[in-house]
Amino acid sequence: MRLLTHNMLACNIKGVTKGFPLAIEVTKLETKESEMNPDFLRHIYPKLDWKALHDAAHTLGLNDIPEQVEPAMLEDEDFLQKFHHALLEVHLEEGALICPETNRRFPVTKGVPNMLLNEDEV
Amino acid sequence: MSIRPERQAPPEIFYNDREARKYTSSSRIVKIQEKLSERALELLALPDDGVARLLLDIGCGSGLSGETLSENGHQWIGMDISESMLEVAVERETEGDLMLSDIGQGLPFRPGTLDGAISISAVQWLCNADKTCNHPRLRLKAFFGTLYKCLARGARAVLQIYPENAAQLEMISSAAMKSGFSGGLVVDYPHSTRAKKYFLVLSCGPPSTSTALPKGKEGDEMMTDSDESGSDGEGGDDTTVNVSERQRPAKKQRRGNSKTSVKGRSWIIKKKEQRRHRGYANVPEDSKYTGRKRKTHF
Repeated sequence: MRLLTHNMLACNIKGVTKGFPLAIEVTKLETKESEMNPDFLRHIYPKLDWKALHDAAHTLGLNDIPEQVEPAMLEDEDFLQKFHHALLEVHLEEGALICPETNRRFPVTKGVPNMLLNEDEV
Repeated sequence: MSIRPERQAPPEIFYNDREARKYTSSSRIVKIQEKLSERALELLALPDDGVARLLLDIGCGSGLSGETLSENGHQWIGMDISESMLEVAVERETEGDLMLSDIGQGLPFRPGTLDGAISISAVQWLCNADKTCNHPRLRLKAFFGTLYKCLARGARAVLQIYPENAAQLEMISSAAMKSGFSGGLVVDYPHSTRAKKYFLVLSCGPPSTSTALPKGKEGDEMMTDSDESGSDGEGGDDTTVNVSERQRPAKKQRRGNSKTSVKGRSWIIKKKEQRRHRGYANVPEDSKYTGRKRKTHF
């Protein structure tokens, strides 16, 4: 699972109002290179919650994502490369996602988070 | 004659390792899935500006449909309820992210984040009540409600479905409309029993000219492959004869104590409450007149 998906995910247990952002518990990370697409990055930027991305990247040990971003920075090749790397190249292979409100644990195995809810959580 | 997979077992059990393997080994299934997802992407009508989008693949299975999305340069997130299918997807090293999730429990996404959604042969599974806690209407409501929320404004969702009968089709599309979607059904090859395909094309936000429904494909599918079954190996019920109506209605059983069987006010209120709980919208409100006898006019 990449940080792109993490940034979109929110816990949907019944009654949870603030199920975002999910905390990350890292056991194993993997980096898979992919081709950078600046247009996609510019397109997705307004939809991202930057603080959540920054914090998540920090948890994964990527410290070169700035805390504040201005739209002008999206033209900077160097920044885009870092942005691309954090968003789309680092995969969480093993670990867990934790709901900020209920502390419910969603385990991640082989890069696939298990978001299935129990009957009483629906 | 094959039995519909929806009648055999719940999806997380039906799509076991053996069934999942078929989705890589059978070239016929691969071909059908590819065609369906290409058509779904076409109906999604994304703006033609070459920019990659973030799409959702509902019931992604082994990632065959996602592959089509990747080939077109899009980023995608796939969700499925079958672990075996997802394992195959992991083996195939699909480009999108995968997630084990039950769409009947709602989609776990932030509002307005996705640029579109496709689904190939998945949504009809929601009409099943495999467990006592599953109410199809509630599950459909949860699915469409959260789908509407997580799609960006003006985004589309294209859901290819294999409804078992007209009632099921009606149930699915009315649930979608109730959640606020506009759009409707596109039927490809309506005059062919085998090649006929239903696509539910939904768009977020109020109807406008840009959300006008595309036309379904007409005529017979131009395919030399004549054994193209209606439903990628899952279904093919077009030839089944429905025999359930032939049975005679059961004789009415006479109850010993007729007084207790009278359906009074409390019984009516209980039944109405049950129907509301199941998500029916047309249940009349309770009032002081509920369960009262009519006046006898001469």
